[in-house]
Amino acid sequence: MSFLIPVLTMAVLSLLFSTGLVVAYKKLKVEEDPKIEAVNEALPQANCGACGFSGCRAFAEAVVKGKADSNGCPVGGNDVAAEVADILGVSAGTVLKRVARLHCRGTKEAAASRGLYLGVTTCAASHLIGGNKQCSYGCMGYGDCVLACQFNAIEMGEDGLPVVFEENCTACGKCVDACPRNLYELLPIEQNIFVYCRSLDGPKVSRKLCKNACIACGICARACPEQIFMENNLAVIHDYKKIDPEKIPAIEKCPTNAIGRFKIEKIDMNDEKEAARDEG
Amino acid sequence: MELLALFISAILINNFVLYYFLGICPFLGVSKKLDSALSMGLAVTFVMTITAVMSWMINTWILIPYNIGYLQTVSFILVIASLVQLVEMFIRKMSPPLYQALGIYLPLITTNCAIMGLALLAARKDYGFFEAVVFGIGSGIGFTLAIVLMAGIREQLDLADVPEPLKGAGIALIVAGIMALAFTGFSGMIKL
Repeated sequence: MSFLIPVLTMAVLSLLFSTGLVVAYKKLKVEEDPKIEAVNEALPQANCGACGFSGCRAFAEAVVKGKADSNGCPVGGNDVAAEVADILGVSAGTVLKRVARLHCRGTKEAAASRGLYLGVTTCAASHLIGGNKQCSYGCMGYGDCVLACQFNAIEMGEDGLPVVFEENCTACGKCVDACPRNLYELLPIEQNIFVYCRSLDGPKVSRKLCKNACIACGICARACPEQIFMENNLAVIHDYKKIDPEKIPAIEKCPTNAIGRFKIEKIDMNDEKEAARDEG
Repeated sequence: MELLALFISAILINNFVLYYFLGICPFLGVSKKLDSALSMGLAVTFVMTITAVMSWMINTWILIPYNIGYLQTVSFILVIASLVQLVEMFIRKMSPPLYQALGIYLPLITTNCAIMGLALLAARKDYGFFEAVVFGIGSGIGFTLAIVLMAGIREQLDLADVPEPLKGAGIALIVAGIMALAFTGFSGMIKL
């Protein structure tokens, strides 16, 4: 019967302490605003941090306290904003949907190769030794952004450049951080005129390195001198909203297609995925 | 006199962080800001003191008489875990900002080896009741001293030009090492 004493000792001790904790819990219970839980449940639970808080729960607390706007969750979009606003009893503003845009058109054909790269196939590694293209500003195409995207919104295209699917993109900014050359920018979805180049090389150099580089000829800046400027051999759009639509054809006379309107065939990601799964 | 010597020894000479290298997790984790470091130190001191008392009572009145010393570890863990839960509830109720600032490190006091070490060391050295209490308070103050010093240094470090690879945990560990080195200067001051 020698095992009885230790067993009883532990049982009694545990009982004592747990009783103590139960009493303490009753006395020290914190009344939490039930709205926090409700808002938290309405959120997508991606915990991506795109709202600027450490997670969905933290955002929910901030919203209930009034420190964040009910439309602060870019992942959830308008639906979640409306739901959160409903819980709080305020009217929801509309979320300005933004998408990640790649500022490079240096496809395999367009950009001159620097040679065969056999190292680690990530952009970060390739960037350390100067990349696989002669242009030191362009996309290297190893897909660090594809890996970084949690929402299946980026896929590597056949031309060696990643494609962003607008429907899936939540503007969480993971790809912006992942790209070692800082080629992504989160832009409003209705913006339809971009500079597709980040090269700061001079016109002579960039003309040699890539067919689609901005060669700083200034045609676009002359077409719309109020909103497009040349800075460091690169065209910069100041405010796309103020660009007169009538001037767009003139802007699009860009000899290298480095500035222009967004054109992409819409591919339904889910269908493609399912097809791939069926085949596999 | 002997109690005073034990007290000073626990603070300076046998400092839990800088001599035994116990409790490094909160020491590095919560030492970024001075005020949260101080609160963490006080929370640990509180838990240490109560742990010293409770574990002494359990050890002397239950474990030794029934000759079941092998239950030391498990019963001390029980004491510590319950106490930390209590402290957590208390802080959450009384000071939500402090609760936020301490974050995950508060429940982590449960698995803080400094506190377990305190209970086991006190039991091994056969301390009497008052000795155990003084040892607990002293160790807690020693921990507070170490973490507050560390926080003060780290607040200054934020402004310093630290080489890129050493930023963050690297430089913190180096600073902790130098502090431990400095504290060895106290060794031999009191013979216990």
